[in-house]
Amino acid sequence: MGDLLRLVLKRLGYGLLTLLVVSILIFFAVEMLPGDVAEQILGQGATPETVARLREQLGLNQPAVVRYLQWLGGAVQGDFGISATSGDPVMDVIGTRFVNTLFLAAYAAVIAVPVAIILGIIVALLRNTIFDRVANVLTLTSISSPEFFLGYILILFLAVKANMFPAIANLSSGMDLGELLYRTFLPALTLVLVVTAHMMRMTRAAIIALLSSPYIEMARLKGVPPWKVIVRHALPNAWAPIINVVALNLAYLITGVVLVEVVFVYPGIGQALVDAVSKRDFPVVQACSLIFAATFILLNLAADVGAILTNPRLRHPK
Amino acid sequence: MSRKDQDLINRIAEGARKGRISRRDFMNYSAAAGLATAGATSLWTKSAAAAPQRGGTFRWGIHDGNTGDTHDPGTYVTRTMIFLGHTHRSYMTMINGDGSLGPDLADAWEANETASEWTFTLNPNASFHSGRPVTANDVVASFNHHRGDDTTSAAKALLADVEDIVADGEHTVTFKLTGGNADLPWLMTDYHFAICPANDDGTIDWRSGDGSGPYKIDSGEFGVQFSLTRHDGWHGEGAWFDNVDIIVLNDPNARQTALVTGDVDAVSQVDVKTMALLERDPNIQVFNVPSAGAITMPMFCDTAPFDNVDVRNAMKLAINRDEIIEKILFGAGTKGNDFHHSPAQPYWPDDIPQREYDPDQARALIKKAGAEGITVNLSTADSVSAGAVDMAVLYSEHAKAAGINVNVVREPNDGYYSDVWLKKPFTLVSWGARPTPDVMYTLAYKEGAAWNESRWVNDRFNELLLQAKAELDDSLRAEMYREMALLARNDGGTIIPFFNNFVYGARGNVGTPDELAASWESDGGRAASRWWFTG
Repeated sequence: MGDLLRLVLKRLGYGLLTLLVVSILIFFAVEMLPGDVAEQILGQGATPETVARLREQLGLNQPAVVRYLQWLGGAVQGDFGISATSGDPVMDVIGTRFVNTLFLAAYAAVIAVPVAIILGIIVALLRNTIFDRVANVLTLTSISSPEFFLGYILILFLAVKANMFPAIANLSSGMDLGELLYRTFLPALTLVLVVTAHMMRMTRAAIIALLSSPYIEMARLKGVPPWKVIVRHALPNAWAPIINVVALNLAYLITGVVLVEVVFVYPGIGQALVDAVSKRDFPVVQACSLIFAATFILLNLAADVGAILTNPRLRHPK
Repeated sequence: MSRKDQDLINRIAEGARKGRISRRDFMNYSAAAGLATAGATSLWTKSAAAAPQRGGTFRWGIHDGNTGDTHDPGTYVTRTMIFLGHTHRSYMTMINGDGSLGPDLADAWEANETASEWTFTLNPNASFHSGRPVTANDVVASFNHHRGDDTTSAAKALLADVEDIVADGEHTVTFKLTGGNADLPWLMTDYHFAICPANDDGTIDWRSGDGSGPYKIDSGEFGVQFSLTRHDGWHGEGAWFDNVDIIVLNDPNARQTALVTGDVDAVSQVDVKTMALLERDPNIQVFNVPSAGAITMPMFCDTAPFDNVDVRNAMKLAINRDEIIEKILFGAGTKGNDFHHSPAQPYWPDDIPQREYDPDQARALIKKAGAEGITVNLSTADSVSAGAVDMAVLYSEHAKAAGINVNVVREPNDGYYSDVWLKKPFTLVSWGARPTPDVMYTLAYKEGAAWNESRWVNDRFNELLLQAKAELDDSLRAEMYREMALLARNDGGTIIPFFNNFVYGARGNVGTPDELAASWESDGGRAASRWWFTG
């Protein structure tokens, strides 16, 4: 177990280094965009005089490197600065947004992960039957279409034609959980459709790859029923690749939902990031990007830890 | 009651039926015709086309909102904040549905003879949502927010000729100008000039979101949604809805779907491409309102080849406006005539001949200028307006017939107005509606103006601009604006293909006045206080 802890710590250290590099890249990428926050705030109404005044107020007159180091100095102490456009602390701006995104991601994951894995097991069991083919074609179709298109299709049938669900997922405070789940069902369903195929196919492939192993043949020969062969004998050894894919898809649920948020007008962090980029609001862009990067780093770490825990050979190295 | 009075009452009632006059005017005229208030009230209720009803929660889906928005009126830039500003705050004056200027916070106003000093009297009933009455001090502080060296307000230029603003007692404010400006009361309708509560040190408290408008903000998140309830002490007429929800719907498809499914009651913008389809839905009304907003194509008058007036006029003759309005706007526009003065603005000269597509004459002018085979670059981007790049390509086809090669340069959407506009010699620009020709000409056509996008200098035009600005006689003023329009049309460096319409939509159960204000989108930004539910 000590090895595992050491591994986690080492990976977290690398993760922090990655975040530092990401923050540098993001800062200079925002710098390179044409126009700055002062010009974006004033829009078409900008005059050189007012832009200069606003730049001064926002502290944009200092060289870029100095501004980056100032930001970094705050960030290592947990202060991510204030939004250049609204003047509020960054954490206030994106806090609720991030919670919304996590909620939607969790909602989609709670449906998608069990469905994908169970479907994967079933199609592995019924491989090369009609059911297998149909499930594959359907899930591959949904993963191959852009998610905004899937969203529009769902809106067309479930909101406009059948009028079963609201077309926009606008949230207001004081909604109870039931209403929240109802209002956000369509965006969650869109995400489920997008991520299911990947996880299902990986489950199927991992299980089928094991089915030709001698120990599976042994199990069959001793008369174990096919479903038990898969669930009891194949699945435990297939966990590692499945966990990896699940982790990747969970990260995608958090970081890749911008289009779904736009289509369903869901106030998540992706929308906040797009708004901040269009306004060149560097502190908000930076915070959103770091959240995304941290999500990937942590989920990848979790996947590796999961793979180790499910594999006795890795758990007890000689 | 005499026969003449009866006639007058009939005419007033007719006006009310058609929504041409407001309830306040109706009452005044009726009183003048010798009708008692009670009688006038019942006549109003019977006449007005669909008498507005109180009640309901109005859900307004609005385009263009951003997480980075703030309540600072000096940096209002998104449509969401402009609409919210007109819903929870008040302005001094407002533009009515018929295009006339009416009172908001200011009950009355008058100028001295040279129009260099204006005195406004405030409505004594006006109060902020916090309960405090609106006083002259609040007005002074609110306007000072846009003035002085430290301001970052985008409206600073509009108040450049204001020398001093003085409060006289609780309800009187005097604006002292460096020169005459007959348009000052119109200028006050600019969306930046929202009145906010003053702090003791003369600044304003804009952060709290307190205002004196028809609705007060209960809760909200910038770029997402605002919930408002009626402010019972509001000084104005209207505010029929009990509650108003402003929901940011940036995606055109989301807006349209929400309107079709009834998730919202009205939307601030309908995509012109699907306008015709929406109109077929019996549950939806589509409003198509000609506006003073325009697309302009400025050419630098000091840069070859546009320094030659014949080349400029050839460029203007080489555009087929009808086809552009038909194919790019799907009919939702009014033909431009190369002067930046729209029929939706006051003093519009209606007798200036329309410039039509005439490639032969354009070719002749190019020949006269000795510029045959000329090639020019036209910079544009899709962020300018929907279909801006398509429009430029269409224009380049039109111009080809006149022997002019227009090379369309697609610029990045981001930073178009900081890096391309005013920097490249021939661009495509979108202008929001301005209330009066003076504001428009002063901003973008006056010599030395920061936004003189065509770098056009015409002495007679500049002279007339100053004269007209201070002229209080309406007919003289109209005559001056007519001459200026001709100068801009025949000598200026700006092609104006069209004035765009505001196209927005509502569910069938939303009642609106017969005339929707052309001054700004969404019934002058005041749909929330002017519209109602019919049932």
